[in-house]
Amino acid sequence: MTPGVRRGVFLAGMAAVLAFFLWGLVGLPGFGHYPGPYGDVLNAIGIRQTHATDIVSAVNFDYRAMDTLGEEFILFAAATGMGVVLRHLREERERSAVDEARDRTDPGTSEAVRVAAITFTGPTVVVGWYIVSHGQVSPGGGFQGGVILATAFAMIYLAGEFLALKRISPVPLADAVEAVGAASFAIIGISALGVGAAFLANVLPLGHMPGEVDSAGTIALISFFVGIEVTAAFVVVASEFLEQTLIVRRH
Amino acid sequence: MQIFPFIVVAWILAVGLYGIVTSRHLVHLIICLAVVQSSTYVLLLGVGYKAGAAAPFFSDIPRSTPAVDPVVQALALTDVVVEAAVSALLLALAVQAHKRFGTLDPEDLRQLQG
Repeated sequence: MTPGVRRGVFLAGMAAVLAFFLWGLVGLPGFGHYPGPYGDVLNAIGIRQTHATDIVSAVNFDYRAMDTLGEEFILFAAATGMGVVLRHLREERERSAVDEARDRTDPGTSEAVRVAAITFTGPTVVVGWYIVSHGQVSPGGGFQGGVILATAFAMIYLAGEFLALKRISPVPLADAVEAVGAASFAIIGISALGVGAAFLANVLPLGHMPGEVDSAGTIALISFFVGIEVTAAFVVVASEFLEQTLIVRRH
Repeated sequence: MQIFPFIVVAWILAVGLYGIVTSRHLVHLIICLAVVQSSTYVLLLGVGYKAGAAAPFFSDIPRSTPAVDPVVQALALTDVVVEAAVSALLLALAVQAHKRFGTLDPEDLRQLQG
């Protein structure tokens, strides 16, 4: 099939899809006229039941915690799968990142990038940690904060060399941390069974006041471990890609 | 305009699919897949929006304030995580495809496969 024919087939098919889509739109309640009722119910009872003032986190780590467990294992499986896909093939070896051209020297990291990256590493860790630990109170949580924390490792990479990053966070260590984060989520869920509650039920004390950091029981705890898992997963993903830049094929 | 956000959804979906169908580079194709997926974010948040309502975070507003649907926002979060995972895995496959075939053009890849 030539590109021209394929485009024609696609445009015809897409026109039909869009026609059905627009037809379907006519029956929708319209933007801004939310029909409910689940969101309204959760907004009304969520704080009283979970002591979390961030209802999205309450949905993620309590009401829909089972789905989030699956979602976390998707991330876990993807990071692990990357390790399998990007394994060292035969006739590949690793070498330090020197310039391949003989008549040029390795340019190295510029001082401006180095200073900027070092300056922002600390604040990035603080912001990421804040987002992870306050997911039950304000917008945020383990997933969002974990990505920010992983950015701190990217900053370390920018400030130095990939080999320096490998020393601080070797892939096996990041793999282990990732596994601990993912397993802890499941263990929290199973330990609820031990006290006679349902899987992933919020069995911990909910704290005195909704809106305080120590409130919301397992929501805060799960958010913490998800943060660890996401941080490690993104460090693994980034490291796997960076490792590819070191690989030279032997011919 | 009451259905404008949903038309935006259709538009993002259509341009993303068009990009996938006409792509000549695997990395471009993966980015187009991310565009397709981002149409679902707009759809989810659009479905849960309530006119004049606040975000479902009650740390600094009265509990009785009308708020938009938190369930679709949680679903959008799931969506983002899955997209990140899928993109990472596909980019890894693209790296290996380039190593093996020396090209990232889907047309050439097909010819190499025979």
